[in-house]
Amino acid sequence: MTVVMDRAAEARSAPPRRRGFWTTRRRDQLTAYVFITPALLGSLAFVFLPLVLVVWYSLHEWNVLADTFNFVGAENYRKLADDPNVPAVLRATAFFSLGLVVLNLGLALLLAVLLNQKLRGTTFFRVLFFSPVVVSLLAWTIVWGFLLQDNGGINGLLDAIGIDGPNWLRSGGTAMAAVVIVQVFKNVGLNMVLFLAALQGVPQELYEAARTDGAGPWRVFRSITLPLISPTVLLTSIITVVGSLQVFAQISVLTQGGPGTSTTVLVYYLYQQAFQFHAFGYGATLSVLLFLIVLALTVLQWQMRKRWVFHEH
Amino acid sequence: MSIKTKLFLYGVLLVLCVPFVFPTWWMITSSFKPNAEIFSPSLLPSSWSLEPWRQVFDMQPFAQQYWNSAYIAVVVTIGTLVVSSMAGYAFARIRFRGQNALFLVVLVGLLIPSEVTIVPLFRIFNSLGLVDTHWPLILVPMLGPPSVLATFIMRQFFITLPGELEEAARMDGLGRPAIFRRIALPLARPALGAVAIFTFLHSWNLYLEPVVYISSQTKYTLPQALTQFTDAYQGQLWNVQLSAASMTAIPVLIVFVIAQRQFIEGLAHTGLKG
Repeated sequence: MTVVMDRAAEARSAPPRRRGFWTTRRRDQLTAYVFITPALLGSLAFVFLPLVLVVWYSLHEWNVLADTFNFVGAENYRKLADDPNVPAVLRATAFFSLGLVVLNLGLALLLAVLLNQKLRGTTFFRVLFFSPVVVSLLAWTIVWGFLLQDNGGINGLLDAIGIDGPNWLRSGGTAMAAVVIVQVFKNVGLNMVLFLAALQGVPQELYEAARTDGAGPWRVFRSITLPLISPTVLLTSIITVVGSLQVFAQISVLTQGGPGTSTTVLVYYLYQQAFQFHAFGYGATLSVLLFLIVLALTVLQWQMRKRWVFHEH
Repeated sequence: MSIKTKLFLYGVLLVLCVPFVFPTWWMITSSFKPNAEIFSPSLLPSSWSLEPWRQVFDMQPFAQQYWNSAYIAVVVTIGTLVVSSMAGYAFARIRFRGQNALFLVVLVGLLIPSEVTIVPLFRIFNSLGLVDTHWPLILVPMLGPPSVLATFIMRQFFITLPGELEEAARMDGLGRPAIFRRIALPLARPALGAVAIFTFLHSWNLYLEPVVYISSQTKYTLPQALTQFTDAYQGQLWNVQLSAASMTAIPVLIVFVIAQRQFIEGLAHTGLKG
């Protein structure tokens, strides 16, 4: 406010504003256009242009090494339909996303409810649960890779209580589960904080009224807490699902998509095809598939909100 | 709450926090273990060895790589703050022709993960001769999808500012740019802080893009450099790798411990406003 006061004094001595073409409204509009130009150009250059190009490239056979770029029509899409790896890749992607969303939201909600109790030291625990979010992704993944290998820390601990642990990242049955777990602990703190903020917005009177009516804790949670925080649940689920489709570093460091194709998620397969096997046209086709999946999921979740998101009026 | 319930809750919390804290603890302590001891499940090294921390710098130009990551993250963060706050302000507070259509254009970027566009972007940067430079790692995050999210967050924040403040400033003869710089921007500090944190973390963690664009070791960023600590037979040198990993985690952890309240609330804020 002091700034406003200072300026007021200056303005009184300033010459009156010129009339004519440059009215306040026009000046405002000009400012707006100048202000949005970088963001708009950025969107056009780094979002829209490549999005159009990715569709165009998906109609081509393009090998960087051989320096060929030929129009092949729907050839890459036929290849996509016939590719024996694609069902496995989609299964792995779905498994990762579903596992991550269920475990992440479930654990985040559990932690948020626990930390929302009237207990001393909840800030301390909040920081501990949140800390993996700020540890760099690669550092976190590397240390888990170390812990999960055959002679690593997890099996060392299991050994101490007489259990012979599997080679987590190298056996088909456990590799994907292990990757999901690593990612859950990395980011659950973020959703936990969002849930905590939502929980603190639930009016206390509602809880008291419910308790007077003799509702047990589970009943209170289901009938009052959950409906009232449902918008946050929707938001976090969208963020988590879309984020889960983008997983790459964890796969690349922990399993390289193996064993077999058991952890080859879509983005990793796209990377392999385009940047390891130099099949850029096919990589572009897989990118289009990824985009369509993200689009479908976002629209679906947005539609679902009418069904289960409760709004307080 | 009875003492029993409290003890039970503390017990549950303590058990639950093990998988959150243990890996970081393990990473830092193992990085001081001599190689012979690396697989022993001890919570502390029997003798503290600084050797792995030294080897990090012998095996790769690690200081250079550290600098690469740091300067790229700082440039991207500052650039994103400038671009997103200006655009967010204009979309929130100024009426102009084509406003809704243009906002929609920007907004669509929220739907498109950067992985979708990496193939064409690679070709564009390749034809511009910018592969194996840091330009793609700076320009794309600063102006592409992450910046779109930032613009959206800034707009949501500026919408909540009371209009009287701006009217008062206008009476005092301030133009739009001055109102933005002197009134709106200082008030937007919490939103700017949140955007700065998530932009910095995003850039610091970026992995697919460096792997795709960068091929010379001196130009590597940290995430990429971390995966390269192997011996002549491609075996991983765990203690060296964990030392390097600790070094990349420590600066952000320190800032987090000092400013944890603002940190957590800032990030929560960006999510809630969406």
